[in-house]
Amino acid sequence: MSTATASAVPQRTVPPLGGFNTTLLRLELRRLLRNRRTVIFSVVLPVVFFLLFGTGKDYSLQSAGPHGNWAASIMISMALYGAMLSTTAGGAMVATERSQGWSRQLRLTPLTPTAYIAVKVLVAMLLGAISVVVTYAAGGLSQAQMDGHLWPETALIAWVGSLVFAAFGVFMGYLLPSENVMQILGPGLALLAFLGGLFTPLDQMGSTFQTIAKFTPMYGLSQLTHAPLTGESPGWAAVVNVVVWLAVFAGGAAWRFRRDTARV
Amino acid sequence: MPQTQTHTQMQPTAGAPAVPAIELRGLTKSFGSVRAVRGIDLTVRPGEIVAFLGPNGAGKTTTIDMMLGLSRPDEGTALVYGMEPSSAVRHGLISAVMQSGGLLKDLTVEETLRLTASLFSNTRPVAEVLERAGIADIAGRRVVKCSGGQQQRLRFAMALLPDPELLVLDEPTTGMDVTGRRDFWAAIREDAAQGRTVLFATHYLEEADAYADRIVLVSHGQVVADGTAAQVKALVSGRTVRATWPGADVAALQRLPGVETVEVRGESVLIASTDSDAVARHLLTSTDARDLEITSRGLEDAFISLTTEGDQS
Repeated sequence: MSTATASAVPQRTVPPLGGFNTTLLRLELRRLLRNRRTVIFSVVLPVVFFLLFGTGKDYSLQSAGPHGNWAASIMISMALYGAMLSTTAGGAMVATERSQGWSRQLRLTPLTPTAYIAVKVLVAMLLGAISVVVTYAAGGLSQAQMDGHLWPETALIAWVGSLVFAAFGVFMGYLLPSENVMQILGPGLALLAFLGGLFTPLDQMGSTFQTIAKFTPMYGLSQLTHAPLTGESPGWAAVVNVVVWLAVFAGGAAWRFRRDTARV
Repeated sequence: MPQTQTHTQMQPTAGAPAVPAIELRGLTKSFGSVRAVRGIDLTVRPGEIVAFLGPNGAGKTTTIDMMLGLSRPDEGTALVYGMEPSSAVRHGLISAVMQSGGLLKDLTVEETLRLTASLFSNTRPVAEVLERAGIADIAGRRVVKCSGGQQQRLRFAMALLPDPELLVLDEPTTGMDVTGRRDFWAAIREDAAQGRTVLFATHYLEEADAYADRIVLVSHGQVVADGTAAQVKALVSGRTVRATWPGADVAALQRLPGVETVEVRGESVLIASTDSDAVARHLLTSTDARDLEITSRGLEDAFISLTTEGDQS
């Protein structure tokens, strides 16, 4: 029976890579860029902050270390802030898609859940790259100065490190059912940026604040990205901070993701 | 619970024995203490157009979810073309039009279709499904700006992309106006004429009657009737005879063979009987009754009678 019936089933194929493809990636990126709020907050705002607080000040052209000036240091901070907002927003698209029933619709297509998350993270990272590049362009065209090789180096560290926040975004996207998840996360991210020393150098803060800051998710990445400019070693604490937070957020995302895609 | 199932045995078409498009065996599903599906068996052969008819809460959507691999049955098996439902989905053999949701507001109609098409290994051209779903004129419109009916047509167009062997529609016309509903069904009907197998859930009797070859009546998570519209109607056997007869002799009528109920309404008398000929003959030959009307009981009667029986249990 089974052999006879098998021949009667229409022959169909399953797409490779779990349905992952560049058309999907392109349309997803276009969707993200179409969201004016996302673009303003994650690409425009960091540039505006940089121009406001990083340029035209007494300290702008003063040296922030042996390899660059304060304008460059603030540019790096704002690029990190932009990358953080971009990647979180990209990851958190999951929340919108769940609330609109799109995730369920996708289960009626060959796209595998793993490919879906891969696309979300990639799109988040692409927006993060745009944010970093735009901020660095603003820096390059104004007063930021640092050793030539530090431009690509620090940009790359900021961008790759923001993977922590792409994972954070996906985790929050599964955890929070809201369509406006970024409105909830925005103030929280600003606080994390503050604790990471992106808005004010941490050594100007009280010792309790500094101690707490060391355990927050932006701290390690900020230390690692600024280290080439200041010439100071970021220390193992910074590396451990990034690795641990990445593990926490990726683990949390994987946990919620499995619960979400389990057939009930 | 009386056994009221009447299975239609369609002859398989000549050639290879066809694998059932859908094969459900002993499907059950509970949500907490609510037993949504209580043992459904159903075989749908390729080419059939089946209405899954039942009142709200009968377990239609729960059954469809299991058919699509969106949820797992507590007991029993669901196979689509002999495969696990999720595998049939990946192969593009089955697709579905759901009641609501499942669209991204910030994409246009055409982008939604291009995105969906990119996920399958083989699809019909986007322009073709736009045309067939009757939404070619709004291809550039954002989904958020589309009316409910237009969104439903978009879902239909998405479902057509993989050119599925089996199309499942879960109450597809909910919330549509009369014109929208008629146009939607015209599109489905045209599509089904090409030989696609279609199963649709509905709680509208007239939709089941008008568009399906076969009606599977579900109530309280079980199949209570299964057959053609005529067969389901026949389950509530008999006809109603109405006549004008002032001072009707009710007692005499009740003695006639097959008479179930006699009801007097002013000058009219209504007799429900399994032998309407005997009633008519009696009325015309032995009484002063006139203006005879004989009507068969509708699908509506069958629906109410079959879906409320379970309430007493």
